[in-house]
Amino acid sequence: MQYLQQIAFILISGIAIFLFIKKVAEIRRNILLGKDEDLTDHKDQRWRNLMLNALGQKKMFKNPMVAVLHFFVYAGFIIINIEILEIILDGITGHHRLFQPMLGGLYSFLINVFEILAFLVLSACVIFLFRRNITKVKRLNMGELKAGWSRSDANYILLFEIVLMSLFLIMNAVDLNLQALGSSHYVQTSSFWISSLIQPIFSGMSESALIGIERFCWWAHIVGIFVFMNYLPYSKHLHVILAFPNAFYARLEAKGTMQNMPDIQKEVLYMMQPELAPTNVDPNAVMKFGAKDVQDLSWKNLLDAYSCTECGRCSSACPANQTGKKLSPRKIMMDTRDRLEEVGKNINVNKEFKDDGKTLLHDYITVEELRACTTCNACVEECPVSISPLDIIIQLRRNLVMEESNSPQEWNAMFSNIENNMAPWKFSPDDRDAWVNQ
Amino acid sequence: MNIKTYAEYQANNETPEILFWVGCAGSFDARAQKVTKAFVEILNHVGIQFAILGKEEMCTGDPARRAGNEFLFQMMAFNNIQTMNMYEVKKIVTTCPHCFNTLKNEYPELGGNYEVISHAVYLQQLINEGKLKMKENGEFKGKRITYHDSCYLGRANNIYEAPREVLQALDGELVELKRCRTNGLCCGAGGAQMFKEDEAGDTRINFERTNDVIESGATVVASNCPFCLTMLNDGIKNKEKENDIQALDIAEMIARSI
Repeated sequence: MQYLQQIAFILISGIAIFLFIKKVAEIRRNILLGKDEDLTDHKDQRWRNLMLNALGQKKMFKNPMVAVLHFFVYAGFIIINIEILEIILDGITGHHRLFQPMLGGLYSFLINVFEILAFLVLSACVIFLFRRNITKVKRLNMGELKAGWSRSDANYILLFEIVLMSLFLIMNAVDLNLQALGSSHYVQTSSFWISSLIQPIFSGMSESALIGIERFCWWAHIVGIFVFMNYLPYSKHLHVILAFPNAFYARLEAKGTMQNMPDIQKEVLYMMQPELAPTNVDPNAVMKFGAKDVQDLSWKNLLDAYSCTECGRCSSACPANQTGKKLSPRKIMMDTRDRLEEVGKNINVNKEFKDDGKTLLHDYITVEELRACTTCNACVEECPVSISPLDIIIQLRRNLVMEESNSPQEWNAMFSNIENNMAPWKFSPDDRDAWVNQ
Repeated sequence: MNIKTYAEYQANNETPEILFWVGCAGSFDARAQKVTKAFVEILNHVGIQFAILGKEEMCTGDPARRAGNEFLFQMMAFNNIQTMNMYEVKKIVTTCPHCFNTLKNEYPELGGNYEVISHAVYLQQLINEGKLKMKENGEFKGKRITYHDSCYLGRANNIYEAPREVLQALDGELVELKRCRTNGLCCGAGGAQMFKEDEAGDTRINFERTNDVIESGATVVASNCPFCLTMLNDGIKNKEKENDIQALDIAEMIARSI
């Protein structure tokens, strides 16, 4: 019977890890569909950003209450993983509380710390559910979240964590009862701080009933973790992993800097100084300007999309969004991820991408949304995980204007004024210094 | 006014200390011209040898680039860089944060390397160095003044303190808008929005921002950007507050106080 449990455990964990790695490899492939871009300079600055913004969650602390609660969940998530190591080893070896004899008093201390964290995670998740569904915090209930999956995704994650933490605490409480009965397999520990509070609920039960509950909780907890792990890559919760690389690879220039387009820089140079133009150009080479679909974006934009946790801080700071325009920076990120997932599935089925008649521009993100952006950088400033929705917006705008000649009449006038009068308004360039004599 | 162009300096075999980049708004927009003149007044007051490019200055290309027209941007950048490199420009000061951002952050990659400072920072330096002294009992003494962060000095370039320090020299009562510094709300003009109608929505961004100004109870809203100035002026007019609140550039406020 014991061996059966061990074999089942090894089998389940093997499948879980295999599926997880497979999906992670797929996401990595999808991200690398983006254009190459070297973001490895200034490593010291990048490590500092990772420590401050990912590990330290600096941006979250704009709202200290939420930041502290989020930190509980995050610290709990990471630190409780140490306990999972023991659970996995127990599962494989058939031991129970493998580390207890090795660590002695320290063991109980550690479990107590985990229990407190578990309790904090549980409480924070309850408060978060409350904020989402009862007090209805605005940014957590805006347009793009109302429909279906995204809203449920957030609630599923919170419920999942609550269930996992509850199972962990119940498991320990029942364990304490089994220890009190002197049940053979259950090694003696000192009492645990949180689970001892719920221990009385299970007192008076028979040993076999207690073992049944303990085994159920143990299995449900670890299988739950495996399920959760495999749920991550499909969910906004992927930010727990990707926030780190995303902080590391974030752009370091001043936020006002727009990415240069060297191809166009060269074109203009050859136009101005034709003697520099190369003679052996391939006349069939097609240049494509800006981004129409996800493959035209940089891999960092695509990593951004997978890192987004849909918190909506960007959209609630966006001046266009606040004044009722269609633009929502969060939707830009969600659309990019959705389209990228769609392209990924297309590749899974067809081996390579087969034109499906759709593009990120138009089919996901509309012209009206793009036109509303003031490039104010509020979304970039707000994002706790170093995403730039603005970078994507600009690349789509470039495609609209340079590939489709799709710009509002007023912008066309502005362009022609700049081209002819060297100023965005219709004034004679000879009058540029007229103010001197007025 | 004592204003010379780079060409005039060169004709006399002289080199100015600094190039004053006026910008399109500063050159052509009636309201922004007043800011240009105020800033020239300050430069003359402290006796700095400055030059303008005059007719040789062109749009930096900022609105074209942000609208998505990279070709036009590159053309403007190419010409401006040619001109400035020809004059061997070293240091630029500008009253427009959009020009500032483009000259400082986007021209170097294209071959235009200059020390670029915004007029907010320049004024702060002049005050700190004691070169600019405010007169006793100036126009803004004791007045309730608020400051609107432009996106292109603020978030885009992390300049938040310099303009505030400049305002502090005026001896007024400086109050913050509810959305300020990194949380500052855009005036609605950036990203080439200045040159088109708003997309459909509930309200205009500058009206929304003007509400913040009215709420602050200030009688003067200071800014550092010609586009913000236009947007705030329009917002104040829309709310029929033009008798209660003035929108001014920090350079105008300093020029009136020296």
